[in-house]
Amino acid sequence: MPTSDIVLHEEDFRAIRDLIQKLRQEANARVICLVDRNGQQIACVGDSDALDMVALASLAAGNVAATDSLARLIGEKDFSTLYHEGEKDNLHLSMIGGRVILVVIFDERSSLGLVRLRVKKYGSELAAALEKMQQKTVKAKSGKASSSPFTEITDEDIDSLFGN
Amino acid sequence: MTFINYAAREINCKIVYYGPGLGGKTTNLKWIFGKSNPTTRGKLISLATETDRTLFFDFLPLDLGTIRGFKTRFHLYTVPGQVFYDASRKLILKGVDGVVFVADSQAARMEANLESLKNLQSNLRDQGYELAKIPYVLQINKRDTATAVPVEEMKRQMGVKGEPVFEAVAQNGTGVFDTLKAIARMVLIELRKTA
Repeated sequence: MPTSDIVLHEEDFRAIRDLIQKLRQEANARVICLVDRNGQQIACVGDSDALDMVALASLAAGNVAATDSLARLIGEKDFSTLYHEGEKDNLHLSMIGGRVILVVIFDERSSLGLVRLRVKKYGSELAAALEKMQQKTVKAKSGKASSSPFTEITDEDIDSLFGN
Repeated sequence: MTFINYAAREINCKIVYYGPGLGGKTTNLKWIFGKSNPTTRGKLISLATETDRTLFFDFLPLDLGTIRGFKTRFHLYTVPGQVFYDASRKLILKGVDGVVFVADSQAARMEANLESLKNLQSNLRDQGYELAKIPYVLQINKRDTATAVPVEEMKRQMGVKGEPVFEAVAQNGTGVFDTLKAIARMVLIELRKTA
């Protein structure tokens, strides 16, 4: 089945952002980002101004997708976490609830052990928040379509995007 | 898989450029990158081999403007065209909202075009999509080549469902933005239907 659309509402965004903010503090991480498996950034906290987060999201998703395929090639279901160690900064990627990637960027102020521990602690809470978001999306699709502003998009709206 | 972000007031859609190797998929993205306002586009990411052949994908995020108060951002991807990178192509089709098929007009590449089209249909099916049901545009590229197959013949052989067809010379930008506009429009119309 193709993956369904994601609809992120303000209150879900705040709940998710608060969770990853707590995780960032407890893990002493530089940046934490939640990315959809298809490469869309959902939420991000920390010192991310110097980073191209759109590119990071896309590459993280590509990385996880390629590694999952490698896992299946050797008979594993998936590799639930990936770790890339750099000279200063390190990258920890883990799957949350099967469809979202939690990206943690940390430096010498933290450690892999601490990051792993805290990711585990917050993983289930994040999965629950994401599940809630998903259920809202499904509910909205099955009957309350008129609540979406996009049902009202006109041809003129689309034309205006292209300046003609 | 459209991502509607009410918090950031953004709609994100994914468009994949598909087609045979050396057909001009990356050239399309490079042209779009080169001609777009730097404030509306992100970095062009190319995961390529040492000889500049696409290894995994090219990626270009592009803001088209605001619609109903939502910033519309298109994520443009290319797949590696070479036959043996099929596993990578499948991955890139995940979550796709619209596909542009970049066909090579040279007579000697017709077989490769048809093989790639068949491969697209099969890889989409593996991801749970049907080409007949998703926004799809055919671009017939390299119209300036000496052995270019006539347009009508290309349409006859490559047409799938009466999709919009654009003649292009991606090297000099001919047809590149027309193709992009057409697929973006189709994706937004689809969004209106399914939102």
